[in-house]
Amino acid sequence: MMRDPCAVTVVEPTSGRRALRLDDVWRHRELIYFFVWRDMKVRYKQTLLGATWAVLQPLLMMVVFTVFFGRVWSGEAIQVPYPLFAYAGLLPWTFFALGLTQSSQSVVGSAAMLRKVYFPRLVIPIAAVLSGAVDFLVAFPLVLGLMVYHRVPPSPNLVFAPLFLLLALAVTLAAGTWLAALNVQYRDVRYVAPFFVQAWIFVTPVIYPSATVVERLEHHGIPGWVYGLNPMAAVVEGFRWSLFGAQAPLLPILLPSVLVGGALLVSGCLYFRTTERRFADVV
Amino acid sequence: MSLAIRADGLCKRYFIGQDRPADTLAELVSSWMRAPLGWFGGQRRRWRQRRAVHALQDFSFEVNAGEVLGIIGANGAGKSTLLKILARITEPTAGRAEIHGRVGSLLEVGTGFHPELTGRENVFLNGSILGMGRQEILRNFDEIVAFAEVEPFIDTPVKFYSSGMHVRLAFAVAAHLEPEILLVDEVLAVGDASFQRKCMGKLGEVAGEQRTVLFVSHNMPAVVNLCDRALCIHGGRLVDEGAPADVVARYLSSVSRRHAESSIAATDLRSGTGEVRFSSIETVDGSGAGASTFASGSRFEVRFTLDLCTAPHVVGLDVGFTIRDPDGRALFICRSDLQQGYSNTVRAGEVLRCVVDALPLYPGAYFLTVCVRRNEEVADLLERVLEIEVVPGDFYGSGRLSTSTGAQLLVAHTWSRLP
Repeated sequence: MMRDPCAVTVVEPTSGRRALRLDDVWRHRELIYFFVWRDMKVRYKQTLLGATWAVLQPLLMMVVFTVFFGRVWSGEAIQVPYPLFAYAGLLPWTFFALGLTQSSQSVVGSAAMLRKVYFPRLVIPIAAVLSGAVDFLVAFPLVLGLMVYHRVPPSPNLVFAPLFLLLALAVTLAAGTWLAALNVQYRDVRYVAPFFVQAWIFVTPVIYPSATVVERLEHHGIPGWVYGLNPMAAVVEGFRWSLFGAQAPLLPILLPSVLVGGALLVSGCLYFRTTERRFADVV
Repeated sequence: MSLAIRADGLCKRYFIGQDRPADTLAELVSSWMRAPLGWFGGQRRRWRQRRAVHALQDFSFEVNAGEVLGIIGANGAGKSTLLKILARITEPTAGRAEIHGRVGSLLEVGTGFHPELTGRENVFLNGSILGMGRQEILRNFDEIVAFAEVEPFIDTPVKFYSSGMHVRLAFAVAAHLEPEILLVDEVLAVGDASFQRKCMGKLGEVAGEQRTVLFVSHNMPAVVNLCDRALCIHGGRLVDEGAPADVVARYLSSVSRRHAESSIAATDLRSGTGEVRFSSIETVDGSGAGASTFASGSRFEVRFTLDLCTAPHVVGLDVGFTIRDPDGRALFICRSDLQQGYSNTVRAGEVLRCVVDALPLYPGAYFLTVCVRRNEEVADLLERVLEIEVVPGDFYGSGRLSTSTGAQLLVAHTWSRLP
């Protein structure tokens, strides 16, 4: 519904134009809030553990990784105790994984609504990704707790943490909109997404420091920044950097990650907006 | 009077059938692997051969601000598609529409309701989905709950609501939308009688507030009562437009005419040699319009068209029909050969008619069995091919009919005294 009573809406086939029309999405920002609110309420009403699950997921994974990989990387390579290292990487990673799997099937899951009422469909994956942000905020205090426990002082880079979170949001939204739109046409995307996520964690410096991979690449004559083509690489490494301080080498991978992430986001939104007009017919 | 909506040549085309591109990535990839270049050729050929369905064709109309427009038509005619296009849920294939003002669409009640959330939470969620702002919902909240009559249950999860409560709450939210233009699609079809009365009342209120309303419904009395104007859609095209009472009347008579025509194809109680066959049978009332409802004592006419199987004319034919009650008992028969001087030669394309000046039937439901004979041999016999309903009428001219049951035939008679 439009706010301006004097506005004229023109309804016609938009095969030529692919404008993002973000103003339309902005106008429906309250709807995004309500969808996130609904997802939160529903998720926590149905479970026994509720909000604690948001902490348990990264925590349990941290325990598993520590048990298996804690000896491989320690001391000099990572500069902080491994559990803290792993958890700090798992935080943004869990946000990404959750946001991705939820948004990939968000549009299909809202099929009934799509056929009956108008709102810019981009609202759906945005809300799906943002509800993962709430989980992130619930799980975040534990990393501060772990830092206190291991007597690791927070670095002054902490001011940059929000920027990396913003990057995480952008990358998750990028992948989410792509998959959400693809899933409407090709229903097996929904099964591809979890597998995708599971494979992706190994290409991202969550379990290991990025220095390991960068050194290996350069050893084979490949420039280190190639590793930065994975946009989540800079997110995870950068988040850890903002918490603990200097970890080599953030700068080379930062720029490629931001560029790739930005490109994926813009292309994802455009693809979504383009295919959006067939959603009600196809879903 | 300013314009609220102007639609110009709207078209909506759907492709149906199995020949669509791959539905899953797996199919897509495997089709690539099977014939990398041939895929392009094969797909394109199949793509061209897709069957298209035109849900709307060249649809143009205008609605003025503050007008209540009724839209009627058979199921599948394109009414809901039109609303969906105006509500921007789906895009037109061609054509254009201009909409002046905010649009609220009521295509379904309870869109987005989540069973785990309470009534209160669902009011906010549903209201937001329909386009209301949070402040707007807060302002109207008490009124919404009061309209729905669910005050004691407002904080219970909706999955525990009865279906009636569910529908009432959903409608209450939708009823408090305040857009300039409201699109309503048969939502009043659900709920019990008292709820429907309430909905009608609310809709009447909305109509009275000078809002533009597009009202799609099968509820003809509602359309006649609420609407200023009506449109009739058939096969995706605009076929009629005008005062609601007229449009509804024309639509109903066309329905019964189509019903009569399709009955022949549908009936499986058909026998005969087949050298001559009925191609159409129609019952017509006193005004000359096709009808299936007649009053006792009113003029009853049956029209027949015969298919002479390429012969220009056939001799020796007699046509007739039997009126039977629902138990199959024959009440009376009318046959063309019983009339002195009626020619038994029928020419191709001729429409034969039989008129009963005063239908001598008691109120109830009756069936027609029709038969055409050639030289006393049955050529086509259709049993119970049409149904008519007889409503109370003034057969005797006194305004009275006997109330005793059992008797089905009305016979003209006079009473007097012997001197």
